[in-house]
Amino acid sequence: MGKSLFQKVWDTHRVGTLADGRTQLFIGTHLIHEVTSPQAFGMLRDLGLQVKFPQRTFATVDHIVPTRNQSAPQDPLAAAMMTALRDNVTEFGITYFDLASGKQGVVHVVGPEQGITQPGTTIACGDSHTATHGAFGAIAFGIGTTQVRDVLATQTLALETLKVRRIEVSGQLPPGVYAKDVILHIIRLLGARGGIGYAYEYAGEVFERMSMEERMTVCNMSIEGGARCGYVNPDAKTLAYLRDRPYVDMTDFETTAARWLAWASDADAVYDDLVRIDAATIEPTVTWGISPDQGIAISETIPDPDRAPTQQEKDSILEALAYMKLPAGAPIKGVAIDVAFIGSCTNGRLSDFREVARYLRGHQVAPGVTALAVPGSQIVAALCEQEGLPQIFRAAGFEWRDAGCSMCLAMNPDKLVGDQLCASSSNRNFKGRQGSSTGRTVLMSPLMVAAAAIRGSIADAREVFALEPRA
Amino acid sequence: MSLAPITQVSGRAVYIPGADIDTDRIIPARFMKCITFDGLGEFAFFDVRFDEHGQPTAHPLNDPRFAGASILLAGANFGCGSSREHAPQSLRKYGFDGIIAESFAEIFFGNSTTLAMPCVIASAADVAALRAAVAADPATLLTIDVMALRVRSSGGLDIPVTMPESAREALVSGRWDPIQELLDNVAAIDAKAAALHYV
Ligand code: SF4
Repeated sequence: MGKSLFQKVWDTHRVGTLADGRTQLFIGTHLIHEVTSPQAFGMLRDLGLQVKFPQRTFATVDHIVPTRNQSAPQDPLAAAMMTALRDNVTEFGITYFDLASGKQGVVHVVGPEQGITQPGTTIACGDSHTATHGAFGAIAFGIGTTQVRDVLATQTLALETLKVRRIEVSGQLPPGVYAKDVILHIIRLLGARGGIGYAYEYAGEVFERMSMEERMTVCNMSIEGGARCGYVNPDAKTLAYLRDRPYVDMTDFETTAARWLAWASDADAVYDDLVRIDAATIEPTVTWGISPDQGIAISETIPDPDRAPTQQEKDSILEALAYMKLPAGAPIKGVAIDVAFIGSCTNGRLSDFREVARYLRGHQVAPGVTALAVPGSQIVAALCEQEGLPQIFRAAGFEWRDAGCSMCLAMNPDKLVGDQLCASSSNRNFKGRQGSSTGRTVLMSPLMVAAAAIRGSIADAREVFALEPRA
Repeated sequence: MSLAPITQVSGRAVYIPGADIDTDRIIPARFMKCITFDGLGEFAFFDVRFDEHGQPTAHPLNDPRFAGASILLAGANFGCGSSREHAPQSLRKYGFDGIIAESFAEIFFGNSTTLAMPCVIASAADVAALRAAVAADPATLLTIDVMALRVRSSGGLDIPVTMPESAREALVSGRWDPIQELLDNVAAIDAKAAALHYV
């Protein structure tokens, strides 16, 4: 009987079984950032412990970094967090991609970019979107701060094993339908709680055809579907991406590559669940509510609570519509927006900006709309610069900012004001997520954000731009 | 390191309505700009407890009848979203000792166990019964019996609850913070590190 990638990686990293029955799992790679690590270092000091494998922890600063004048946060609390991180990495001898390195960025953009993220590894980070790294065939978990302490002190975690659900998407995605639409569609189908207890294996033609960056977009939002992690089996694309990256040992790449490919799930692997989706059924998808599973195709209408099959569902629609101030039963297309945000660890990579820039020329952001384009890392910013992308965004009326989490969450100066509605390429539409307790978020692909920015309202990118068929 | 076994917690309860209460709701991100967890308690549920002008809303946590409640009652998928431990930390510091919900998000559940705050799962009908009992008489005392996996009320309710056995075992045996046990296995950790190509 074959094994899935999850089982192979899990078994290989198992240190032992703890008294309570959980597995002590070795965490090969640990990523940290300024928000969830300072308390962990504090706990370490309180217990008089050292960092066991300092060379296996990598740090960067992302959440609180201002996207204008990065290194000088006006906010004293943000400055204190930056200082605390710098002091901690210095004291414990941890690699730090700081602002001056030219390599700083959102932790889930930096890891892959540096080649730190590799197939068959276990990765943990005090951030729920750590699942992103699963795009490379790694088992990557988001953890809490006490667990950050555990990894620092022991390079292990106490974990329950997971079931594995294989999600196969076959066929061809229609033009204008992107990785973001695929994952929003999956979450809509399986629900925000559907993945609890599972790792998601994304398989089938659609994921095979995707670039590594698209796979990262999909894996990134696994947690939004309730799954603790998500992954794609490593293949030739994985190898091509990782070749020559700074942290990839190139001395005998052939052997390394063979070892990496061997982590892929066996053809006769057994899964706990299997879901099949036809790519042709996926449309550009947007959210209308306050949970990422409250999504609809752009051609659909906002749900009507009176048609909800259960009282519970009715209540949740009512709550979402009251918060979003959206009319039941009306088309989502045409809902006015105030802010457009392209960025985050979901959609803040080179290919995201490239794809939008391809269609943005000759268009203008609608009057009254604030449009932000925020590269996910300093390296993404530099690559965009080389290709002349910032000029295209600026000419269309976007503000082009420095790397960071920006408007994905409310920890830096980029925030919604009042009940502004934001068309956003990020991953969460929770109440208050973008920094105002009444702010509203509509999740969508970067090109759909651009379309909304131009129209001044939620729009179908396929109608705004003359899209070319997929290569 | 010896920790107190958590065999039961009890206190008055408050019901927080809604499913999918996410960790951004429990502790809005702007309050995570801190380098210690101290002081997080007062910001629990801040954006739903106070309106834009800083005035208290009709949120149950502002209702004087439920002041001092130490058991939180909730719906499905409580604690979904971000992995921030700031969320259970803020609830702990606010004064909660245990949570009863229809289900929990996994990271939140694990974080809470490590903070010795048992999270038990009850059926929707049982949560509704507990909620009704607490609404009818806010002085009702709820006891989460972690040993027997029951929740009992001073009014006579006695319902079954569940929790993964590993978490129950960790709580009742005083091993809810696994750090010592993890450290004890240093030889096995070193052997594993040596066996892995990339470490
Ligand atoms: S970009 Fe958003 S989701 Fe990603 S790490 Fe930053 S805040 Fe979290």
